[in-house]
Amino acid sequence: MAAPVRAALMITCLGDMLFPEVGVAMVRLLRRLGVQVEFPQGQTCCGMPLFNSGYHHDAALVAARTVKLFEGAEHVVVPSGSCAWMVRTEYPGLLKHDPALRAAADALARRTRELSQFIVEVLGVTTIESAFKGRVTYHDSCHLLRGLGESASPRALLRAVPGVELVELPGADECCGFGGSFSVRLPEVSSSILDKKLANVESTGARCLVACDAGCLMQMGGGLSRRGSAVKAVHLAQVLDGEIEG
Amino acid sequence: MSDALLRTPFPERAGAALKDTFLQEALKIATTKFIDLRRESFAGFPQGEALRDRARAIKEATLQHLDVHLERLADNVERLGGHVHWATTAEEAREMVLRLCRDRGVRMAVKSKSMATEEIDLNEALEHAGVTPVETDLGEYIIQLAHEKPSHIIAPAIHKTKGQVAELFSRELKGSFEADPEILTAVARKALREKFLQADMGITGANFAVAETGTVVLVTNEGNGRMVTSLPRIHVALMGVEKVIPSMTDLMVFLAILARSATGQKLSSYTTLVRGPRRAGELEGPEEFHLILLDNGRSRQIASTLREALYCLRCGACLNVCPVYRQIGGHAYGYTYPGPIGILLTAMLKGNESVRELAHASSLCGACKDVCPVRIDIPRMLVDLRQQIDKENLAPAGERLVFRAARRLWAHQDAQRACARSPRTQPPQVQRFAPALPLRRRTSRQGRSKGPAPSTTGTNRSPR
Repeated sequence: MAAPVRAALMITCLGDMLFPEVGVAMVRLLRRLGVQVEFPQGQTCCGMPLFNSGYHHDAALVAARTVKLFEGAEHVVVPSGSCAWMVRTEYPGLLKHDPALRAAADALARRTRELSQFIVEVLGVTTIESAFKGRVTYHDSCHLLRGLGESASPRALLRAVPGVELVELPGADECCGFGGSFSVRLPEVSSSILDKKLANVESTGARCLVACDAGCLMQMGGGLSRRGSAVKAVHLAQVLDGEIEG
Repeated sequence: MSDALLRTPFPERAGAALKDTFLQEALKIATTKFIDLRRESFAGFPQGEALRDRARAIKEATLQHLDVHLERLADNVERLGGHVHWATTAEEAREMVLRLCRDRGVRMAVKSKSMATEEIDLNEALEHAGVTPVETDLGEYIIQLAHEKPSHIIAPAIHKTKGQVAELFSRELKGSFEADPEILTAVARKALREKFLQADMGITGANFAVAETGTVVLVTNEGNGRMVTSLPRIHVALMGVEKVIPSMTDLMVFLAILARSATGQKLSSYTTLVRGPRRAGELEGPEEFHLILLDNGRSRQIASTLREALYCLRCGACLNVCPVYRQIGGHAYGYTYPGPIGILLTAMLKGNESVRELAHASSLCGACKDVCPVRIDIPRMLVDLRQQIDKENLAPAGERLVFRAARRLWAHQDAQRACARSPRTQPPQVQRFAPALPLRRRTSRQGRSKGPAPSTTGTNRSPR
């Protein structure tokens, strides 16, 4: 029998602080798929907030730390498209001045996948049994869609769940208005973008809004609860895991 | 743009735009329509993607030898009997137009839509010198009547509803007009027709200028461009130096994608090719043709991080898809060029200081890069711009402190530990999550009651 696939979970700062249940669902799901899940201790943030605001020297220090932390991982799986994008697209450039780190960053970039991409591309799985039932709609996170070019895998995985009815979200590819520090710098503009997104979400009649990024889930989930909506924002991992609370 | 407006901080300008219900209605209708039209147009045009790559490559290559192409263009325009003027600054460009007006006794100038003339505030300069500028593009005419500035690169009056236009026309043109676009267009056409015949000078921009033939190319939809370039006795075309392209073959590449990106049309209704003044035996065309080549800070960007912004075709596609532009419109940005590309162009023309706030007016969603006909990596350039702003110490001190502190927390194990020692800085969620993550130090799935749990981030060392 072939050795099991080993994958390190990069939990991400928002995932760790706000969505522990997503991490739990991911670990349960990956184990069910036969993956040997590892969790390198000492994880912090991928550095994207620093990078996006122009603090590249600082972001490079955070990147260097993350690269070292995941050096021994066979695969790295991330519950957020934006953090996966950061590691895959920006780490090599940020660490280009140190040849050894640059090489390690290139290697990490090649081994890192967002969850849905990991399941489909690395594990070769497109159908996952799940007890989840109901109508859902899917929001394309900007970095997963335009940064990593991924829109098919999450939808394919959702459609393959027998109890799931996937309805397309009008303007699914439009930003939710989070944008990291953008939402702090321009809160009114951010909320206004969000309102438009949530009106579209509610027009689908879905029970759950699914996304693959903790940032978007925080923004949209917060917005849904503030407007007293019955729609729940959930991570793809939770739908596939099937054990959603509430 | 007025200094008073710019003295208001950008978040406030944006906030005011969000509260403007007319603006919100107008923006929603117009940008959605543009997005759909563009999408349909490219969906039925499979070769479009390769043409976009080619267009980008042409822009890249042309900028490498911009001087050569410009000189070739100038030689050919002069060979055709036109005059070429080189303007290093906006002021020089204005002065060139004003001198022509003085020397030739020009009292009225009709204009075809041009962002370059907006960039140098030409209308104000003309008025000041006693020359009446008349905008003849419908959108530009509307905002000229309203004493406003364009709020979109190709749809200058995008911020106005048809009801507002009907009110404006009724007031300014002394009548009572219905809020029906066809009626309003007919009203404007009638008012403008006599201006074309009265004007001594026609002023246009240029979408492209072809070096090998000396041809200035205008891409328009209303036909006014043709009258501006052919009826008055003098035609002045003002263009940014980056608009030059080498050949007519190159022009075909750009024409195939420009209108599709802007309005979803295969071609715009009018593609006007101007080659010098009227020649002997020709029945129409101006007696004099002047081409003003405007630098205004462009050439010094060829080797800078903003270089790609010089590829911009001014199609406006990035504005239409930008979630920020779609919410606040163009005026809130405060400068001639709004939207994501406008932030870069403003930095280019006015310096990084002027975009300290605007550089952050993007969620970096990347929709702009996706639709740009020449694939300008706007999000990447905005991030680079933010980096420059930090390097030049233009970012607010408080902000820099926050980010430096975040870096210390995220990059150094020691800081992590110090932080973890304080129970107050321990996010409760981490404790909730950690026991449930059945990894190395698992006690039980519901191990919450068993005291502090191992953190997923390794920050949760038990208090000693």
